[in-house]
Amino acid sequence: MTNHWTDIKNADVILIMGGNAAEAHPCGFKWVTEAKAKNKARLVVVDPRFTRSAALADLYAPIRTGTDIAFLGGVINYLITNDKVHMDYIKSYTDISFLVKEEFAFADGFFTGYDADKRKYDKASWEYQMGEDGYVKTDPSLQDPHCVWNLMKAHFSRYTPDVVEQICGTPKAKFLQVAELLASSHTPDRVMTILYALGWTQHSVGSQIIRTAAMMQLLLGNIGRAGGGVNALRGHSNIQGLTDLGLLSNLLPGYMTLPGEKETDYEQYIAKRAPKPMRPGQMSYWQNYGKFHVSLMKAWYGAAATKENNWAFDYLPKLDKTYDVLQVFELMHQGKMNGYVAQGFNPLNSFPNKAKVGAALSKLKFLVIIDPLATETSEFWQNHGEFNDVDPAKIQTTVFRLPSTCFAEEDGAIINSGRWLQWHWKGAEPPGEAKGDPEIMAGIFLRLREMYKKDGGAFPDPILNLTWPYKVPHEPSAEELAKEYNGKTFADQLDSKDPTKVVKKAGELLDSFAQLKDDGSTASGCWIFTGAWTEKGNMMARRDNADPYQNGQTLGWAFAWPANRRILYNRAAADPSGKPWDPKRKQVWWDGAQGKWVGSDVPDFKVDSAPEDGMSPFIMNPEGVARFFARGMMNEGPFPEHYEPFETPIGINPMHPNNPKATSNPAARVFKGDMEAFGKAKEFPYAATTYRLTEHFHYWTKHVESNAIIQPEQFVEIGEALAAEKGIKAGDKVKVSSNRGYIKAVAVVTKRIQPLKVDGKIVHHVGIPLHWGFKGVAKNGFITNTLTPFVGDGNTQTPEFKSFLVNVEKA
Amino acid sequence: MQLSRRQFFKVAAGGLTGSSLVAMGFSPTAALAEVRTFKLARTTETRNTCPYCSVGCGIIMYSLGDGAKNAHAEIIHIEGDPDHPVNRGTLCPKGAGLLDFVHSKNRLKFPEVREPGSKEWKRIGWDEAFGRIAKLIKEDRDANFIAKNADGVTVNRWLSTGFLAASASSNESGYITHKVVRSLGMLAFDNQARV
Repeated sequence: MTNHWTDIKNADVILIMGGNAAEAHPCGFKWVTEAKAKNKARLVVVDPRFTRSAALADLYAPIRTGTDIAFLGGVINYLITNDKVHMDYIKSYTDISFLVKEEFAFADGFFTGYDADKRKYDKASWEYQMGEDGYVKTDPSLQDPHCVWNLMKAHFSRYTPDVVEQICGTPKAKFLQVAELLASSHTPDRVMTILYALGWTQHSVGSQIIRTAAMMQLLLGNIGRAGGGVNALRGHSNIQGLTDLGLLSNLLPGYMTLPGEKETDYEQYIAKRAPKPMRPGQMSYWQNYGKFHVSLMKAWYGAAATKENNWAFDYLPKLDKTYDVLQVFELMHQGKMNGYVAQGFNPLNSFPNKAKVGAALSKLKFLVIIDPLATETSEFWQNHGEFNDVDPAKIQTTVFRLPSTCFAEEDGAIINSGRWLQWHWKGAEPPGEAKGDPEIMAGIFLRLREMYKKDGGAFPDPILNLTWPYKVPHEPSAEELAKEYNGKTFADQLDSKDPTKVVKKAGELLDSFAQLKDDGSTASGCWIFTGAWTEKGNMMARRDNADPYQNGQTLGWAFAWPANRRILYNRAAADPSGKPWDPKRKQVWWDGAQGKWVGSDVPDFKVDSAPEDGMSPFIMNPEGVARFFARGMMNEGPFPEHYEPFETPIGINPMHPNNPKATSNPAARVFKGDMEAFGKAKEFPYAATTYRLTEHFHYWTKHVESNAIIQPEQFVEIGEALAAEKGIKAGDKVKVSSNRGYIKAVAVVTKRIQPLKVDGKIVHHVGIPLHWGFKGVAKNGFITNTLTPFVGDGNTQTPEFKSFLVNVEKA
Repeated sequence: MQLSRRQFFKVAAGGLTGSSLVAMGFSPTAALAEVRTFKLARTTETRNTCPYCSVGCGIIMYSLGDGAKNAHAEIIHIEGDPDHPVNRGTLCPKGAGLLDFVHSKNRLKFPEVREPGSKEWKRIGWDEAFGRIAKLIKEDRDANFIAKNADGVTVNRWLSTGFLAASASSNESGYITHKVVRSLGMLAFDNQARV
């Protein structure tokens, strides 16, 4: 979230789209009802289903799954053509005046540079025009046809209300009602927030959906403001923390990135990630990348990371491509992987195309499961009848299953969607011989290191030199690890203004990432967490819930990264002269008398940079401003465009009906064999989507008795019209099949899913809750990801779980 | 924040019991039978965070046992933390069932192995488990580690074993997992954020 849960109460308009907070995040949704009750906020829900969030909405609009870019693109067009943009905001805080290379163009569904054979773009033309002074050329008069404003206007002009209705199936009048309400937040005294979840990410165009939403919020001037922002409601309790810590194929902690194999020169690796400002007077905070990187390498490799060996640059593996889970299971399916470890993760249930995932696991030599619960993945080799019809004798994988602790049995911090690091305490011992994850990692690692020490082996250096300063080596404590990611200094740090003063003594914990150095004198395992555990103690354990400005910022509760800041980009809550856009909302503002930025939040800005210095609020971007034009940072184009899901119920992209290559995301990666496994509407005519129920959490709570009692049996939801057409009654058992397999479940016939008229034909949706499997105390059921397609978003490779095709028949 | 809302209630509840006894004509010192106190009054309270969705609701866990080294703590009740600024004491149907998660009969208790082609699990000790896993990892890493790519460039990567990390585990677990996994040169590494 750019903002956080309690801050939702400050909104005037709330858009829930691509999520269902009332059911999936119920205790966070209370701040929506708070905004409605106390702030007269209006709630808008756009969803294929009339969810419980919709039931509390002031306005609900149905939409066909996977068409959110067309809908939001329609809103953007509405805002521009009806002059409902916050012009003062976007003129000062975005790239609208920037000039783009003249050769950049968009035609017939493709941006310039498309290579259809490689399914990839040459992005050379997706860049700015640079002036001789080394800065981007701009046209503040917005007359130049190549300025971002004019390119964007032209791009979205095609998304008329009629096109929205044709693609999304949303009745035009309903769409216009929604657009008008969202547009009402373009004035400085009104703010809108957006709450989304996996209903936006799990598409082959997921990243671009979220970009479209961010663009809409920028046009309305709603980023950086209390009650505003683009707010991802994340799916798990610490998925934010593990993302922040960089546990992804291509990342390092704190959103640093691993080098590619073409980046063999250390200086170039750093320089590329530490861009100089692209406009005069801008901060470009990533210029400090080297300090964060060197401090990480000192935390991991200590004395073995030296200036001479480029801080152990060779210890980092170099990427030839990203090994995301779809890529890894593709390789596993080809028999190219030997070992796999699943720590608190149930891939057999969680990844698309269960048949392919199960076959891939069967080709492993060894699989290690670390989990508090008996997962389906741990028993992928066991025959569970129709739910998992395999022959154990034919599966040669050795499987280890190691019991781990759950939340109640450990100390530590987890990070909620609002970026709050909240400490928790152990309340009891784990059952049996279960151990904590750090202990299990230490157990494996220390034995491995012993073997490398004794017998040698392939490149043992990083293993032998990994810092391991824990008092009980086989049991690193949460406190020791938290202090390590916070960071410390090895040398006395002197006051920059008065070098006779020591501000940090050697060995002390650091207060802020501003204290990190690139000379090897500091260590920090995750720079954005610096300040979480300082010499003053554990900041994550703070429990002062005081809210002096009554705007929900509670700066004394836990610790929010970065720097305990509660709302990102909050400099944009004030106008260019430093005064709040809305005097009623006290966020941060320039205090001329003190010569600094002050307020109810920690300013997200250079605290002593006066408004007349002209520094812009988006300090992480080298431009200093927010980007409508994404340059080469997205794989399918610098502006979002509607492409159909890979399994489309209408077979064409109505935006480009004559270019079949632009039907679905032209830059999405599709593996051989998976393209053939996509179903066609002729055989599988219904648009399907998967989701959570309020009574269950993913695949865990089927192991929990109380949840199993309130929602015991697998079901699917179909609309009354489809049920009548198929002769299905409520309570009948139905078989739902895709081109990859089938599930059987009880039919719930509902008014909550209505047929939509799309591109001249009727499209029915089938709703598939995802919580069942063949292990648990609930009634056993089918793994829903038996049905889903093995293709991901063009940038993140997040699978397209939310839009695919099925057929439904009576079982 | 020294006296929390809950501690205040505890004190207040004690006072109320005493004064109503007096009102009914008993003198506290002359009472012959003790009034039964709430079971929760004798438990240990521990603050924690709900491990399900990302709202991060504060919870209070009540356990038997007073923290003494030879007392075995057992959690007997979990409820929302009223001091928490987001959930203000409430829990959803998932959070309200947390006690049954802690005590689920499907909690794993011992390390186990399933050997190739076998139909069943076999219980093993941690020592055997760690030893065998470390050996398998080393064999694969030593056989398939790529020090240089086809162009002779140092790449120091290992692709034939992968790791999925848990997005419900703590920052500290995640941090040490990342540290160990990267030191091996592994790239097939993701967590639930990918899906």
